[in-house]
Amino acid sequence: MLVQFLFYAFAAVLLGSAFGVITSRNPVHSALYLVLAFFTSAGLWLLIEAEFLAIVLVLVYVGAVMVLFLFVVMMLDINAEEVRKGFTRYAWLGWLTVLAVAFEIVGVVVVRRMGVDVTRVPVPVAADHSNTADLGAVLYTRYVYPFELAAVLLLVAIVAAIVLTMRKRKGLKLQDINAQVATQARDRVRIIKMAAERRE
Amino acid sequence: MDSVVALWNSLPSFAHSGVFIVAVTLVLVVSVAFLTLWERKLIGWMQVRRGPNRVAIFGFLPGAGQPFADVVKLLIKEVLVPAKSSGFLFRIAPAITLIPAFATWAVMPIAPHFAIAEVDAGLLYVLSLTSVGVYGVILAGWASNSKYAFLGAMRSAAQIVAYEIAMGFALVGVLMVAGSLNLGTIVEKQSGLMWGWNWSWLFPLFMVYFISGVAETNRAPFDVAEGESEIVAGFHVEYSGIAFALFFLAEYANMILVAALTSVFFVGGWLSPLDGWISPDNFILQVPVLGLLLGNGLHWLVAKTFFFLSVFIWLRATFPRYRYDQIMRLGWKVLIPVTIVWIAVEGVMVYLKVGPWSAS
Repeated sequence: MLVQFLFYAFAAVLLGSAFGVITSRNPVHSALYLVLAFFTSAGLWLLIEAEFLAIVLVLVYVGAVMVLFLFVVMMLDINAEEVRKGFTRYAWLGWLTVLAVAFEIVGVVVVRRMGVDVTRVPVPVAADHSNTADLGAVLYTRYVYPFELAAVLLLVAIVAAIVLTMRKRKGLKLQDINAQVATQARDRVRIIKMAAERRE
Repeated sequence: MDSVVALWNSLPSFAHSGVFIVAVTLVLVVSVAFLTLWERKLIGWMQVRRGPNRVAIFGFLPGAGQPFADVVKLLIKEVLVPAKSSGFLFRIAPAITLIPAFATWAVMPIAPHFAIAEVDAGLLYVLSLTSVGVYGVILAGWASNSKYAFLGAMRSAAQIVAYEIAMGFALVGVLMVAGSLNLGTIVEKQSGLMWGWNWSWLFPLFMVYFISGVAETNRAPFDVAEGESEIVAGFHVEYSGIAFALFFLAEYANMILVAALTSVFFVGGWLSPLDGWISPDNFILQVPVLGLLLGNGLHWLVAKTFFFLSVFIWLRATFPRYRYDQIMRLGWKVLIPVTIVWIAVEGVMVYLKVGPWSAS
């Protein structure tokens, strides 16, 4: 009963925030609605006892990805009117996407009707059952190659991003912190012995 | 007495949790109040001053009433909301910084075999909640509609994202020792001589974690988010009265949190330093008061947390503020490589079965 109530509450907030993402005029508000959407989906995952996935969703998407997203969106100077000009031009693409998604949802429902149980209700497990350990065991045994492949892919993406941004401009002045720290007094100050001079 | 115990046992589990949550929260809030006093006193002594010494409690302990005087002052001040600010976000931002600092205590192993919530993915829960705290700072900076506040928020966001990676990697090392994400298990796996606690085998990670913790809480020398000399007060420049006090509360609650987490991850949490020297059935532990003091328990966690808090304050009294590019260099080019190297070293140690892995 409580779980059902929570499910509908989370689902309502999730739909509301997802709607907010596309309707709010301010891009920062959109990004914040997206954060709320991630949070509520994490809540929904908790309800089906996938606590590891729920926490990781918050950690990765809310804690890292969306922070950077907000970072960029806040710095951009987006003119909302300018963006809205393209609305009618790209509307057909939007409708196409909507139709495709609707088709998929209907497909899932129909497939379920045909006797294939794709949306099975998860069987509750004992309280001392460790979701995390299970996931680890599966990830590092059965799916170890796809997992490592994904890791390599991410590594390649990181290296590519660094290579794209690393260019040495000519005449660029950079501080060499090691040289700064290693500096001794005699590198900066020269003490000269000289005879006393009379002031004119 | 028996009837109280019976009543307590008859309560449902959510009522137990509720009582513990209220207790922990109250203790934390009071600790924050006295931590501000301790900070001002300690820095005062380090700088050969006396620190606050006027407001006494009923004529005793000069200075001890200072936190309460501050709270009353901040409560009766007006909370200003800038005219062109984003009202809702401006008001909700202090709460967003504060809530994670308290919510993380749910999984903290407070006493032997006790936490409010025994979560298996406890460590991840801690990481994800601490990363949510940054939203308060970013939103406060953005919603204020002020250049200084915005600059402070941007600095804070970049800094926290950078140091979170080092922090996460340092905790991977802790995971490799404990073999569990459960904070209680992490403490129990350290039991033994105090030289064998995580701080010795994982010394570089211990340092990295603590430094990242200082950076994550926006404390000196990493407090560029509020750098008074450049951007006035950074992200909370537009906040006044109790709204400002909430940011203040959150900063100190976060300090306590990081100090407690450092003690849990690296210096044995509630384990007594004598653990491993005296066996659990030693006669000393049966002596009424002494036994409780020398044995494992909550008081050791409190003592270790207090030590790390004092180090926080000591750092603030000692070091000048980092320049912004130096902070980024330290985070990305020093701390992260150190953690990665040490995780590799740990891998070798696991393979050779030395240190904490010798038993298995």
